[in-house]
Amino acid sequence: MTTTASLATSGTREIQFREAVNECLRQEMALDDSVIIMGEEIAGGAGREDQGVVDAWGGPFRTTVGLIQEFGRDRVLDTPLSEAAFIGAAIGASSTGLRAVAELMFIDFIGVCMDQLVNNAAKMRYMFGGQVKVPFTMMTRIGAGFGAAAQHSESYYSIFSHFPGLKGVVPSDAYTAKGLLAAAIRDDDPVVFFEHKGLYGEKGPVPEESYVLPIGKARTVRAGTDITLVGISKMTWVCTAAAEELAKSGIDAEVIDLLSVSPIDYDHVIDSVKRTHRLVVVDEDTPICSLAGDICSRVAEEAFDYLDAPPSRVTAPHTPVPYSRVLENNYVPNEARVISTVEKLFNR
Amino acid sequence: MEMDRDTLLKLYKTMITIRNFEERGIPETGQRRMSASVHSSAGQEAVATGVCSQLTDEDYMGSTHRGHGHCIAKGVEPRVMMAELFGRATGSNKGKGGSMHIADMSKGMLGTNGVVGASIPLAVGAALTSKVKKLGRVAVAFFGDGGANQGILHESMNLASIWKLPVVFVCENNGYAMSTPAEYALSTAQVSDRAAGYDMPGLHIDGMDVFAVCDAAGEAVARARAGDGPSLLEFETYRYYGHTVFDDPLTYRSKEEEDHWRARDPIQHFRNTVLPLGDITAEELDQMDQEAVDMMEEAVKFADESPLPEEIELYDDVYVSYPAAELKRGTNMGI
Ligand SMILES: Cc1ncc(C[n+]2csc(CCOP(=O)(O)OP(=O)(O)O)c2C)c(N)n1
Ligand SMILES: [Mg+2]
Repeated sequence: MTTTASLATSGTREIQFREAVNECLRQEMALDDSVIIMGEEIAGGAGREDQGVVDAWGGPFRTTVGLIQEFGRDRVLDTPLSEAAFIGAAIGASSTGLRAVAELMFIDFIGVCMDQLVNNAAKMRYMFGGQVKVPFTMMTRIGAGFGAAAQHSESYYSIFSHFPGLKGVVPSDAYTAKGLLAAAIRDDDPVVFFEHKGLYGEKGPVPEESYVLPIGKARTVRAGTDITLVGISKMTWVCTAAAEELAKSGIDAEVIDLLSVSPIDYDHVIDSVKRTHRLVVVDEDTPICSLAGDICSRVAEEAFDYLDAPPSRVTAPHTPVPYSRVLENNYVPNEARVISTVEKLFNR
Repeated sequence: MEMDRDTLLKLYKTMITIRNFEERGIPETGQRRMSASVHSSAGQEAVATGVCSQLTDEDYMGSTHRGHGHCIAKGVEPRVMMAELFGRATGSNKGKGGSMHIADMSKGMLGTNGVVGASIPLAVGAALTSKVKKLGRVAVAFFGDGGANQGILHESMNLASIWKLPVVFVCENNGYAMSTPAEYALSTAQVSDRAAGYDMPGLHIDGMDVFAVCDAAGEAVARARAGDGPSLLEFETYRYYGHTVFDDPLTYRSKEEEDHWRARDPIQHFRNTVLPLGDITAEELDQMDQEAVDMMEEAVKFADESPLPEEIELYDDVYVSYPAAELKRGTNMGI
């Protein structure tokens, strides 16, 4: 695996995605007193110090464990189940001198607080004539495959590409999680950070010291000459697995890890397609008016003359996520679907 | 409240059916690796049972992620619920929804819901249907102490109040939202205090006592049915397990606290209250306990022997009408 940023720093060791997120939060909070974090269960058991309960959960996926002990209750706030209020408050705090991080437990709940994101966070700077910065970060979770059904499994990141004023990042491993979260927190614009539930336990090399990966930059994780596969979040690893299989039949695929959903690194994709002449985007979100569709159309517009096959995509179907495993198994794009899509492009 | 023998036995039967469904169905679902998003209502049986005992099949009810008890009390068959948990085609939702979305419109059961607070306005809307169409039906909205802090509850109470809709807002205060204690997250001492802000009665009641639940719910339902508007009932209760049965509640609450509540078990409380009256015998109740065990055995068997959904059903029921090819265009799914 190659990355655009170097891992050859001292103190690099293997840690889980979840640990990388935790380490980043800890370092950013230590570096900058104005960073605060809030959300449901991010400590858990708040209000029970007298009974010895301080950090019962440390986040529903343990990404915020230990923060309350280190930074105290003023900066690590368990919230009631009131997303509209606390996400909105985090945006308000971020526009008045804090750098607030708020966690929305699952992206499926976005409807409860969407107004605060699209009408406040995204627009304040513009409609107030540039008077404010909103250095707000929303951490949230995506991903199907866990039998969690329609309201706990969606991958709604595409809509965040759509709204002018919002940025979004989709890390694919521990290294990108740490670097992109740091970037999100330090960025002066509102950024949504998407964690895929299926990546938490994955280990990878991560430098101990804090570092920042640029928002809006994709990376090439496998060089190839015959086709460009673009992965988003966990789908990057579906692409690399498919690429290894395709190599056996003589197709050398390049795999790009998108990493940002806003801004989108179109140039990186287009440069690659100009060399490989073919494109497949693999996206766990639903297909219509989606990121996958947008990347395909941009490539068609700007690299049409280089294409040997139609820009194509492998996505979830235009349906909600079903419960039963037999149905859900087909929902998320898999290697077989990527391979057969690629083969079709070569056997036209 | 005066109750005849049949009414009493029915309350008992509902409570033990719920208890047995939770104690058997949830671990069985876990063993089949279907889902970890399954929430037990064991300990809270008296609330679901008492409230729904005051409703007819025509009345409406909106439920939560912790909704198995509400479903059973509203008349949904345990075997189709079990099949739903196991992801089978014979499930209440054809295997599409699972534990957090069980629905049975034929019983006025408007769905368990995975987004906290999201079913509350659905119950308000059902009450509106009843009012506009003059159906005489009542709607119940269940939510937890956590759900009580969602803005949607407040907007819904206000709306139901100004339109005098036949709704009963029912808060099951089990002390926690996941690991967050209600006493931390609530601004008022009691959820029921909030009723004053919406000009409706607000009552705080022991939710481990099925008779107290029946009394309070009976009054609120009668008030709603008479066209006098909504009420807010808060029942103090306790969930015996973690948020799901797969997490350890002792990370945020004490064994003593659990023991205290388990000593107030709603099913045992029923026995302690009813048996001394002499009309109903322990043997009768023991017999019903066994029947509930057998019912779950049969439900598990039914679910296991039921077919899985056909893969193609992935595309069914997204819309009433929509060009089918557009649901899968470009996904290259082979189905
Ligand atoms: C809008 C929304 N936010 C967060 C969640 C995650 N979540 C599911 S259940 C729950 C706690 C609910 O607590 P409460 O309302 O008291 O119900 P209980 O679980 O105690 O029955 C949370 C935070 C959710 N499902 N929906
Ligand atoms: Mg609760």
